[in-house]
This record gives sequence, structure tokens and C-alpha cells, in this order.
Amino acid sequence: MSKFQKKPKAIIKIMNKDTSDINSLENEAIYIMREVAAQFEKPVLLFSGGKDSITLVRLAVKAFYPAKVPFPLMHIDTGHNFPETIEFRDRLCKELGLELIVRNVQDSIDEGKVTEETGRYASRNMLQTTTLLDALEEFKFDAAIGGARRDEEKARAKERIFSVRDDFGQWDEKNQRPELFDMLNGEIGHGQNVRVFPISNWTELDVWSYIEKENIEIPSIYFAHKRKVFLRDGMIWSAEDDVVYRDDSEEVLEKMVRFRTVGDMSCTAAVLSDAETITKVVEEIRDSSISERGARIDDKRSEGAMEKRKQQGYF
Amino acid sequence: MEVLKIATAGSVDDGKSTLIGRILYDTKSLTSDKLKAIEDKSEQLGYDYLDFSLATDGLMAEREQGITIDVAHIYFSTKKKSYIIADTPGHVEYTRNMVTGASTSQASIVLIDARKGVIEQTNRHFFINNLLRIKDVVVAINKMDLVDYSEEIYNKIKADFTELMNKRDYQDQKITFIPVSALKGDNVVNKSNEMPWYKGEALLEHLEQLDKKDIYNSGTPRFPVQYVIRPKTEEFHDYRGYAGKVYGGDLSVGDDIVVLPSQTKSKIKDIYFYNEKYKTASRRSSVTITLENDINVSRGDMIVKQNDLPTIDKQFTANVCWMDSEKLTTGGKYIVQHGVNKVLAKVDKINHKINPDYSGIEEGVSSLNINDIASVTFKLNKPVFYDQFKDHRTNGSFIIINTQTNNTVGAGFIQ
Repeated sequence: MSKFQKKPKAIIKIMNKDTSDINSLENEAIYIMREVAAQFEKPVLLFSGGKDSITLVRLAVKAFYPAKVPFPLMHIDTGHNFPETIEFRDRLCKELGLELIVRNVQDSIDEGKVTEETGRYASRNMLQTTTLLDALEEFKFDAAIGGARRDEEKARAKERIFSVRDDFGQWDEKNQRPELFDMLNGEIGHGQNVRVFPISNWTELDVWSYIEKENIEIPSIYFAHKRKVFLRDGMIWSAEDDVVYRDDSEEVLEKMVRFRTVGDMSCTAAVLSDAETITKVVEEIRDSSISERGARIDDKRSEGAMEKRKQQGYF
Repeated sequence: MEVLKIATAGSVDDGKSTLIGRILYDTKSLTSDKLKAIEDKSEQLGYDYLDFSLATDGLMAEREQGITIDVAHIYFSTKKKSYIIADTPGHVEYTRNMVTGASTSQASIVLIDARKGVIEQTNRHFFINNLLRIKDVVVAINKMDLVDYSEEIYNKIKADFTELMNKRDYQDQKITFIPVSALKGDNVVNKSNEMPWYKGEALLEHLEQLDKKDIYNSGTPRFPVQYVIRPKTEEFHDYRGYAGKVYGGDLSVGDDIVVLPSQTKSKIKDIYFYNEKYKTASRRSSVTITLENDINVSRGDMIVKQNDLPTIDKQFTANVCWMDSEKLTTGGKYIVQHGVNKVLAKVDKINHKINPDYSGIEEGVSSLNINDIASVTFKLNKPVFYDQFKDHRTNGSFIIINTQTNNTVGAGFIQ
């Protein structure tokens, strides 16, 4: 039996009446997943291979059991992903019998739609937006489910659960639909689509606690491992692949590290850690004093970096 | 750990963002990089104190204007509780955001500037908290440092506010007054030494001891069907599961139920949560139900207990908060979304407008402007299955959708 799917249990259980926060967040997310399937004609789940999107897959499986998840997964591959993530992605989809669509940023570069950044801080993270918008149009997806959380960044704190985008994928933050009680308005016009964030109200710790509670498998780079790294601007960068630009003056060291997010390798820094198990990771996060996006260089480029990217159609 | 969701309301410059920033700071919820960003920005702006409002004011435009313009959600936790603060703006034109923030909150903080006292805005904030039947309201009298921590001023504001309380509709609402200084940290997380005359709790102490009052838990069980699950696999060949969230009360295997609108009777056969079977589905859980009989149930239908029916009607009257710049007019056609059920609706009559500053009602009104609150009667093209808002928060509320723009243009609370 696959690690991802459990066999039906015949035992009758008593539901915990005093639903703890993680249970109520799970119930809310499952409700949102079902609203997406009911209100849209062609939804897709955006899958990055990171812990948040793995959590989304788990919630989708739970929402529609015993039927299969009624929408495909789509990965916008920057070409700079950690190899562990790709291997994990393919295995997850195979074992759960999920349909996977992959679209490559490299293709957008080759077609001349975007230009690759160069230099010290070169990243393909920004370039994903074009590939994503093209793919949404190619498949005529009217709803795209993403794993963004409101606690990640200030601009995301104002995001709705159903966030309407125009023809150009743009987010008009001043003209968002009010969301009352748990009623979700998925009515859209021609050319519009909706970004959906079922784990909006989760914090980073909630996601980790859920992964622990549900015993969900995640890529190995989330756990402490020995890695060749170098230091820059007080952050730790992987030196194992040549994706991250490194000056010859930047010395390569071997350290015990783990990653808190697994975005594009070129903009994802590691943290020193000896947390080799999920329980230790949860403990470490609980004690941690650096916020999660603090290890993402793309937000540091300027004050309001996330808001600008969102207006352009980024998640 | 339990979650408490709190809505905040205050006028421009009442120091709402500063108050939230202060809570985050004193509960050590600001991470080192966020704190550094606040320090840097405060220094850059030439302040001689830390501008905590920078922790919450998320959008660039409002950072430029120095005011909050949308609902922002802020998360922090103590050893006892997880908190979500829905920070809603206080400008008169943003009443809709306040209603939105309050719709999912269990408690609310109304901020008053001690120098200004109870103003028209305060009436409006309190009115909305009462309209949405928020159970616990904290009136935080802020900027006490600027009035020499005067007990006399505090008492005057308290007396003025008590006059408002006598006019409210929902009398069971619990109201607590706390004198604070968000900037200096008095009575926010820690008790102040500056106001020995105040014997009550600091704001966070008060929130910590609030009972868990699940705002959705009032009323009787309602199960609106969200989605029909038909796996069509060999193993689950005849399986027809009705997916949805349980509202109001619990549902159990063996319960005698009726499906609305068909009025077909049946019994609950199984309750699934993922691959596990349960005897009882508790309130707020997203479960899948199967029935004893093979009957036709689809999205928008509602499963209820046979002895506990909601009102089934093709019209209702509700208090409506209008949220769109395009007016609501008598005879206007809209989509009403009641839970997961959508019906076409026509405005039959605007009965009267309610002034949210407690100055009374206005009759003979034929249209509503943005931020107006009024009693409106709707005629519907199909029957809906509703309860009164005072008895059932979820099944007594709805949103109004514009058929052309598809935007959510109003919210209603059924009378």
C-alpha cells in the first residue's frame, strides 16, 4: 500500500467535539476544496513540490474520498528545482493516481517571452508568472488552487480565499470581493479566473503540525542533512548545483542544514539545523525567531516586493 | 489549542494598527527580521519610537497614506490560545469591510481616542458589532497617556458609551471597558502602573479568559449539500455520498432526516470523514453523509432533522448592508447566495433605512447607497430554507451578487 493513501477503516470513531485549531483549519480547507469543485468548470491545483502544496494534495484527497480528486495538478517548473522535489512530485502523483501537467519556464525563455536574469541575485522566480499565465490560458483553467498563507507576508494578509484575476492575471487589491461568513462567491465573467487559497488561515507552524499529525511524506531537503553551502548576506546558500551564482571568493563549507521552503534553488536559502525528524522540525519552528519568508531573497528586493509581484499575476 | 477570531474597529488615527503591533511586540510574536524591518523603517521616517503600525499595514498605498484600507489578518498565539485579528478600517466609506471582518469574529475591539471620546464613528462601529451579534465587545479607550491617564475622562467616555448600549438591539452582548495606551503599552498585554484606579484586566488578559464561543454553534443542525461524491469504482459501485459542512448542531447515524426542497424522508446511514466512519458528525465538520434510501439529492439541497425544519419560503425580509457603489434599487434583480445555494432575487420593497449612528430609521426610501443599512424584502425565484439570523448565524445570512459584474455587493441578515 502506498504511503500516501490509507485503506478504509471499518471502525466507528467518535468525533472530537471541541475541535482544536488544526481540526477546524482542516475542515475549513476541505470545505473550500469542495466549493472549488462545485463552482468551477475547470479547476487545477498548482503544485510546487513544497510542503504547502503537498498539504493541499492531502486535503484534496480527503475532500473527495472515495472518489478521485476531480482536478489535475500543475507544476510550473523553473528548471532550478531541487532534484529531490521533482523525484518526490512524480512519485506522489503516480501513487495517488493524480494527473500531472508540467510547464517549463525554460520554454518561455526559449520562446523569447521572458529574459533570464543574470548576476549575483539572478533568479527564475519572477519568470514563473509568464509561464503560469500562459498555462492557465492554454488549458482554460478557471480556478487555480494555491498554497499561499496569509501569515507569510504583509500583502498576502489581505488576500481573499477566492481571489478574482482579470484576463491578464492581475490582482486588483483595492477592489476585492468581501468574503462574509464562509460563503464563497465564485461567479466570474469571460476571461476571468480565480486563485483559491484553502490554507489561507494556516500559519507555518499549523502546516508543520498537520504534516506531523497526518504522517505526510515530504521531500528530504526539509530535514537536516549535510550539504555543501556558502554564506552571503547572512544567509546560507546551496553550493551543490551551479544554479546559485557564487563568487570564487565565497568559500564552500559543509554544514548540517535544512530548507524551510523549497522554491527555486536560486532564491531559497537554507537554515542551520539538526532537525532530522518531523517532530524536531516542529519543535524548531516553534522556537524559531526568523519568519519563513525571511529565507526568501525575492521578498527582500524592495519594500512591497510581494505586492508588486502579486499585481503582475504572481501567486 | 482554541482559536479566537477578533475584529478590530476604530476611526482613522485611533491607533488601531499601533495597538495590534503592540500586542505582537509584547507577546514576542514579531520575528527578529520583522522587528528589524520596523526599526529600520521607523528610523528612516525619523520617529523617536517604534512605529508598530508598520507591522500590520500591508499594502504600499496605505503605507504611503499612513492608513489601513482593507481587512488584514494578523496571527499570533499565547500559551492558551491562537488568535486571528481581522484588522478592519474605520473610515466611514469602508463599513463593508467592517461587516466582513465582524462576520467571522467571535469578539471585537472598538477603539476610542481618549481625547475625542464617543464620536459618530464609534456609534457606527458599535452598531455593526451589535447587528452582527458579536458576543463579546471590548471598548478600548486608547491614548490615555495623552490625557494624563485621567480617571475622570475614562468615566465620562464610559458613561457616554453606556447611553449607546441602552439603544442596542442585541442586549445580551457583553461589553468590557479598558483604558489603554497602545503606544506606551499600558493595559495592552501588561497591567499599567499609571492607572491604579483601574481595577480590571489588561486587554490580552481579558481575551485570554474569554470562553470559547463558537459563533457558528447556535441553532439546530443544518446540512447544506455542497457536492455529490460518486466514485463509480468497483469497490464503491453504488456509493452516493453527500459532502458538506454541518452547521448549528450535531448529526448522527440513524437520525430521521428530510431532504429539502423535495421533502423526501430518509435516515442517515453512514458518516464519513475521509476513510473513517463516525457515529456523529460534530458542528463545523466537513463530512460526507450517505442515506438509507437511494434518493436524488444535489448541490444546494439541505438535509435537516425531521422534527426541526427551517422556514421554507420564496421570500424573506432581512437587514441588508449594501457594499457597492452602484445603488440597490426597488425592483432590482440580483443573485442571492444563501450558504451554497444560489437563487435569483428581486428587491420587492425597501422597508426602511436604519441609521447606524442610532439616530433612528428613515422610511420612504427607494434606493440604497454603499454602506447603507436597511430592512429589505426580497422575492425569490425558488424557495430557500432559512432560519432567522438571531437563531442561526449561518442559515440566517446571505450575500447578494450583481448579475452583471459578479461582484459581492451586499450582505443580509434574515429577520
